[in-house]
Amino acid sequence: MTAASDASLQAAPVHKARGYWATVGRRLMRDKVSVVCAAILLAILLAAIFAPLLHLADPYQGSMIRRLRPIGTPGYPLGTDELGRDMLSRLIYGGRLSLLIGILPVILAFCIGTSLGLVAGYAGGKVNTAIMRTVDVFYAFPSVLLAIAISGVLGAGIVNSIVSLTVVFIPQITRVAESVTTSVRNLDFVDAARASGAGPFTIMRVHMLGNVLGPIFVYATGLISVSMILAAGLSFLGLGTKPPEPEWGLMLNTLRTAIYVNPGVAALPGVMIFAVSICFNMLSDGLRSAMDIRN
Amino acid sequence: MLIYVLRRIIYVIPIVISVALVCFLLVHITPGDPLVAVLPPDASQELAAQLRAAYGFDRPLPVQFGLWVWKALHGDLGTSIATGRPVFTEVMRAVGNTFILAVTASLIGFILGIFFGLIAGYFRNTWVDKLATGIAVTGVSVPHYWLGMVLVIIFSVTLNWLPAVGAGPGGWAWDWAHIRFLILPAVTMSVIPMGIVTRTVRALTGDILSQDFVEALRSKGLLERQVFRHVVKNAAPTAIAVMGLQLGYLLGGSILIETVFSWPGTGFLLNSAIFQRDLPLLQGTILVLALFFVFLNLLVDVAQAAIDPRIKRS
Repeated sequence: MTAASDASLQAAPVHKARGYWATVGRRLMRDKVSVVCAAILLAILLAAIFAPLLHLADPYQGSMIRRLRPIGTPGYPLGTDELGRDMLSRLIYGGRLSLLIGILPVILAFCIGTSLGLVAGYAGGKVNTAIMRTVDVFYAFPSVLLAIAISGVLGAGIVNSIVSLTVVFIPQITRVAESVTTSVRNLDFVDAARASGAGPFTIMRVHMLGNVLGPIFVYATGLISVSMILAAGLSFLGLGTKPPEPEWGLMLNTLRTAIYVNPGVAALPGVMIFAVSICFNMLSDGLRSAMDIRN
Repeated sequence: MLIYVLRRIIYVIPIVISVALVCFLLVHITPGDPLVAVLPPDASQELAAQLRAAYGFDRPLPVQFGLWVWKALHGDLGTSIATGRPVFTEVMRAVGNTFILAVTASLIGFILGIFFGLIAGYFRNTWVDKLATGIAVTGVSVPHYWLGMVLVIIFSVTLNWLPAVGAGPGGWAWDWAHIRFLILPAVTMSVIPMGIVTRTVRALTGDILSQDFVEALRSKGLLERQVFRHVVKNAAPTAIAVMGLQLGYLLGGSILIETVFSWPGTGFLLNSAIFQRDLPLLQGTILVLALFFVFLNLLVDVAQAAIDPRIKRS
């Protein structure tokens, strides 16, 4: 009996029509550029997470006698920084903080912005006006200026830099979420749900969220690229983490003085920021065209 | 047209007020006393109270806001805590330099972006398109402060062609002695608008080319060159709008580039204001930059309506 039902359960998906996200996933897998970008991102992410298992040199352990060794020095494949610390180790460990402060603000803004946009779009009327006019005010500031203003006022620190970037991205995501929701709210299936007695929260959560999440998600993946650059930029200005913590933006700043001595090593942290940023951008483009199933 | 412009101006008023409010409140969300930067650590209670009264920090917030706006309307943004000079003078001196940098960068970015965008959209899915979109995605993904460093490494450190930092001797002038200081920061800054304009124009060109009227123009026997002219004309309003916005972003977001190149603009000013905890200067600079951005947006909307008759009708 149990065995039979197990078998039927396992067999079922084979005959099932492929869902939307499965189709998108399959289309994405066929896009070589997206696959390569995803692989690079995954490699950087995994290396950062499992850095302690990689038997790297201590990223905090400096030595005055081996400062600014060039790339390719035996024992230091990517050279050493201005305090003689192993660059390879610092770049990999640096990914932990850099990815956290780059990605977390987008995730937070995605959750808050989607909720706000969904409510604004579904409720319409005064609620919509209240939310969207507030959003407009934040649009009156160039995003870099806003991020730096909030961060600058709150003071240096990882939490403050995450907060300031989240505040910058919430209005942008809210706007996208609101416009998608508004375009969906008058469709027949929403009316049908309402007619069947579903309350506003059930309609938003069960019936609309799935329909609006796609475009917002694509927009958010594109934002990660901007967020990585800005987050590292805040650290670069000295508004993020503090030395000796390895973080790409901060490393770029402290290595600035070394461009006359060892330009190759000084440029390395920027290569990491660039790589992550461009991969997220291309992945976002790939995702967008994969989701555009009509074409 | 006039009605449209008036409507846009009326719409801007509440935005300007809210922007002022946000700038004002920024200082009041600060942890600690806004006077902390000027007060000696062993200051007596009386001295603190005196200074608080002198700066007006002892009044209720709405009154402070009203006074601040009233003064700002008269060109008085307070005094810099660090230098003791009026904030307005400091900001205006810096705005000129930032303007030179941002406008030059926008022009470079705009010209390149239009060029790459048009050829990419026109020769869609060819190697030309792939190259142009590759350049565009690089432009929007590159951390520009890092690109600035790389350009300094190449053109200042290695080749010794251009200076690495500063804006030249004395005040600004459009001669080679000063322009050579502008080249690297302007080129660095131009990659972002270049990437964004390329992407926008490419998408626009694709959309326009797939419209029926292009087919009609071709069947009418127009040369490809003449068809191209129509494509450009159709793409212009949106491209200009995007560029206007980008100029605003560059004006407000120049801090990273100005820090890398020690360019004496508003970003540089912001940087020192932040690290010296000079809140009036910080507040004033952000207000001026945000207002510039708001008015630039207004200008873009009006210019777009002037060029594109379809907007006025809607």
